[in-house]
Amino acid sequence: MSTRPAASLAPMDTGASDHRGDGPWPHALLAWPTLALTLLFVVPLGIIAALGFFRRIQAGFFEVAFVTDNYARALDAFHLERLAVSVVLALVATLATLVVAVPFTFLLTRRPRARQVPYLVLVLASLSLSEVIVAFAWSLLLSRTSGISNLLVSLGLMDAAASWSPGLWAVLLAYVFIALPLAILSLYPTFSRLDQELPEAAGTMGAAPLVGFVTVVLPLVQRAVAATGALVFIFVLGAYVIPQTLGRPAQWTIPVHITDQAIMKNHLPLAASLAIVLLVASSLIALAIVAIGSGRLPRIALPGRAR
Amino acid sequence: MALADVDLRIPGGSLVCFVGPSGCGKTTLLRIIAGLETPTSGHLLLGERDLTRVPVHRRDVGMVFQSYALFPHLSVAENVAYGLRIRGVAKRERLARAFELLALVQLPDVATKRVSQLSGGMRQRVAMARALALDPALFLLDEPLSALDAKLREGMQVELRRLQRRVGITTIIVTHDQEEAMAMADLVVVMGDNRVQQVGPPLDIYRRPVNRFVANFVGRNNFLPARVVAPGTVEVAGVRAEVVEGADLPSVGSELTVAARPEALNVYPTAPAGPALRGTVTMVRDLGWTVETRVRVGDQELVVSGANVAVADGDEVWVALPTSGLVALNA
Repeated sequence: MSTRPAASLAPMDTGASDHRGDGPWPHALLAWPTLALTLLFVVPLGIIAALGFFRRIQAGFFEVAFVTDNYARALDAFHLERLAVSVVLALVATLATLVVAVPFTFLLTRRPRARQVPYLVLVLASLSLSEVIVAFAWSLLLSRTSGISNLLVSLGLMDAAASWSPGLWAVLLAYVFIALPLAILSLYPTFSRLDQELPEAAGTMGAAPLVGFVTVVLPLVQRAVAATGALVFIFVLGAYVIPQTLGRPAQWTIPVHITDQAIMKNHLPLAASLAIVLLVASSLIALAIVAIGSGRLPRIALPGRAR
Repeated sequence: MALADVDLRIPGGSLVCFVGPSGCGKTTLLRIIAGLETPTSGHLLLGERDLTRVPVHRRDVGMVFQSYALFPHLSVAENVAYGLRIRGVAKRERLARAFELLALVQLPDVATKRVSQLSGGMRQRVAMARALALDPALFLLDEPLSALDAKLREGMQVELRRLQRRVGITTIIVTHDQEEAMAMADLVVVMGDNRVQQVGPPLDIYRRPVNRFVANFVGRNNFLPARVVAPGTVEVAGVRAEVVEGADLPSVGSELTVAARPEALNVYPTAPAGPALRGTVTMVRDLGWTVETRVRVGDQELVVSGANVAVADGDEVWVALPTSGLVALNA
């Protein structure tokens, strides 16, 4: 089994070199996705970036111009504080998601394949719920009038029904809820390829299950965990219905303010500049998460352990 | 997979082989001993200590896995020292012990290498060194040599046996290769159909298999239908012969199967003295170290292995039954 990764890598290597110098045909094949990516991603992004420099017309729309007011406002104290709140919320939600998803996926992949299928179907099914449905469902479930607390009261576990939404915990809960299936599916391939005998070997050498998990399993999956963390972070950071519906103004993230500017206040240039700031910030942080996961940063951060 | 009726006593310091075809339950039994699987009933004792419910990490066993299960994120020395690290042994001390063990398995120069830089045979030795690092009470190996090529495998059989003698550790090896079991073990446990078929020293198993399964699995055998005609004597295809080995003979008049090893039979161009069966040669293969002759006797083909007596396909010959070496089988 230890030779399996090498065996599966070899065809991939030759596969990559096969495509090199194959003439115009692969290039023609690449042209289509390149065109699609340009039309559907690069062009709209360019429009948004440019829109940030346009001038807003009061009680109207905007006119083409080159002003820096919008970017200046997107970077003012208020919006930077909102950006910080957004990033911290997303980081906490990412961490909470990983804390649930990593052990879950590990234990799931240790089961016989046939037993894994119902769980995977369930996970896939919950992916089909949109953020809007999740946000409103949780706002109902966390409400005082018809929420879970009523169930707990009838079971005698609580004295009186309580309202758990809006608030910080409601936002985090919903974030984890929407990110969890994504995280599990992203971790699944790596964990299912992990040789089952590795943690068992750790056990025969005196490592209790948790110790074996930390010293053997985690180092082997850390890249996948980091990549999943980056994915979840970006996904959660982009959510706007959840913080708006389940959060107080204190939890309103940048996407909530972008929506507010674009739809309520009709200030498209400010919304566009906020979006660009958010994009740059989230990309930098996601790259940092991946770098930490592949072990490039800790050596700098912890000089005592470097060798 | 279910295991049934396993009652084994393994003497301390010995090397025991569990041997059987794939799916016979031998690996399951090893994993139960290691604590990687829990039996639904029964007990497992190590000396006086009941291990049945003790989790794997408190069992004091060293195990070599079929895949070797070396940790790819650690160097060779760190792999060997892993158990000591878990016990909190200081780094300098545990690495010194790792070097000692790597020298024991004759791999002194690979300590700082990555596992992926090693050949299969080297990985095998590292896995053994790692399993021995904590001085376990039991040394368990699951198909340790099956991934090696034939030549390397033979060398490792000898080396593994030497290592086991030097360390003096009670060792259990699971293998599907009966020759490997015969070549290494003090005690062979033949398994089939999820139960233990026979336990004994290799030669006993070879000479006195108790049933058809063991006789067929260990080495090659010819099976002959026979009938008991007198105490200690059977009749095979109208020829009377003595049975000296194997299971107790049933009462006079009952039918049974007797087994004869190819090397216990002899081919003669003319009728020999003593019991012999008449037949026709169907194939002669000269294998260098022996000549294998196939002889059709009635509706059965016997395999005879021995010195060449110059017979060829189609010859009418006699196959002499052995005076000793005809084995009575249960079932």
